[in-house]
Amino acid sequence: MTQEIAIIGAGMHPWGKWGRKFVDYGVEAAREALADAGISWRDVQFVSGAATMRCGYPGYVAGATFAQALGWQGAEVNTSYAACASGSQALAAARAKILSGQAEVALVIGADTTPKGFLAPAKGERPDDPDWVRFRVGITNPTYFALYARRRMEVYGDTQDDFAQVKVKNAEHGFSNPKARYRKKFTMEDVAASAMVADPLRLMDICATSDGGAALIVCSLDYARKIGKASAPRVAAISTVTPTFASAVIEMPDLATDSAVAMEAHSFRAALPRKAYEEAGIGPEDVSVAEVYDLSTALELDWVEDLQLCPRGEAAALVREGATRIGGRIPVNPSGGLACFGEAVPAQAIAQVCELTWQLRGQSGSRQVQGAKVGITANQGLFGHGSSVIVKA
Amino acid sequence: MTQAAKPVIEGFFTTGDKPALLGSRCVKCGTFYFPSVEGFCRNPDCDCSQFESVELSRTGKLWSFTNACYKPPEPYVAQEPFEPYAIAAVELEKEKMIVLGQVAEGIGVEQLKAGLAMELVLETIPDAVEAEGKLVWKWKPVA
Ligand SMILES: [Zn+2]
Repeated sequence: MTQEIAIIGAGMHPWGKWGRKFVDYGVEAAREALADAGISWRDVQFVSGAATMRCGYPGYVAGATFAQALGWQGAEVNTSYAACASGSQALAAARAKILSGQAEVALVIGADTTPKGFLAPAKGERPDDPDWVRFRVGITNPTYFALYARRRMEVYGDTQDDFAQVKVKNAEHGFSNPKARYRKKFTMEDVAASAMVADPLRLMDICATSDGGAALIVCSLDYARKIGKASAPRVAAISTVTPTFASAVIEMPDLATDSAVAMEAHSFRAALPRKAYEEAGIGPEDVSVAEVYDLSTALELDWVEDLQLCPRGEAAALVREGATRIGGRIPVNPSGGLACFGEAVPAQAIAQVCELTWQLRGQSGSRQVQGAKVGITANQGLFGHGSSVIVKA
Repeated sequence: MTQAAKPVIEGFFTTGDKPALLGSRCVKCGTFYFPSVEGFCRNPDCDCSQFESVELSRTGKLWSFTNACYKPPEPYVAQEPFEPYAIAAVELEKEKMIVLGQVAEGIGVEQLKAGLAMELVLETIPDAVEAEGKLVWKWKPVA
């Protein structure tokens, strides 16, 4: 019990391509979260920011940048960088501060502005840089997600239609989400008509990058009681484990997996929720809703299995029977997921927790998962970073 | 294949009739690395910092595959007009690792299937400077 903290506020700036500074999105999300919590900015004692690597120095010190933009009021600040898991790492920093008694209330915040067009890699030959090497020999980002997708087709018999169904489901979920960027009910025909990018994945199977900002107000259980929010949703677990050697799956930007001659191969994705379940003292059977990182449609199916919501190889069957839709046995990505948002790296893991907070409070309107009691998030990014957060009503 | 073509990256593979990828192997625990590593073994239970240079297995089993339907960004140099090419992830039995590479020219995803026996070959890919292109390793189904 003492390992839990309360979520008393959640806020998001809508995802999109707005062309504004990342600070603006963050401040708007923070103000919404503060209003939601019913506390004043001056009550916040710790600002835990998720860094963005795309916006120069202010992005590297995001915690301080947001604190200054909201108006310096003496709070302590910290900034976390952990690729796609930056937001969860920031949440973990806030939890440590609160559970150790050094702060009662914290703002967890992340925002990003995506560059126009592609980021051009630095010029020149850089054979020591794995990222340069793989691009030089023609291995692009979609390659990795397509290899995972094809592997599912070869081993489990998944089809491109199964992947398309994930897109159609998420599009339907996100249609009524005011924070989502893409709000259109795409059909199977729309997906099938979109251009092939990396066989078997089409343009509509792959998520875009977006601008966006998300914020949470978290506090000690005592503080929540004190302000009359004793029943606020709680963070029951935060897993940010690193991989265990040897890697079982080829990861961007590598050209090869680890060799498993001396050590058994391990799946990193599967390890992330395992630690979260252990920490929360619950199992997959207790989960009522999940928000997972659908960088591709097929990857959502991998996550469903990594979260142990069904046995390995059976996620496509869950989708076919509608179990992962809102109203189904185990709804996945009721927010619409990355399919409807596009990825805003430092904000995304926080946005996942915002969605679970609203779901557990029963505030999600037409995308409400009825009776949601326990939610879990999952994401994985570069350089051995990933996270899984469990939120309990 | 033009014999005069230089490797796209030095030290990644041998040339000749039976080309092989060049990796390294920890002399203590036997873990293989591709590309080669210097410094320290990454096995958490191994404190070794000595490696020997080794040729990796030239054949393996196809683990998964895809293709590139769009021209990749620099530093890739694409042929004009761009032709999609297939990409393979091949499992090496002895090394217990999966290695990526393009698939030999003229072989598309429709000709591939997981489990297929694959062999390492060298072909040229376009280069910004060298008119004859540069040599790169590719995977080809064993005939
Ligand atoms: Zn070793």
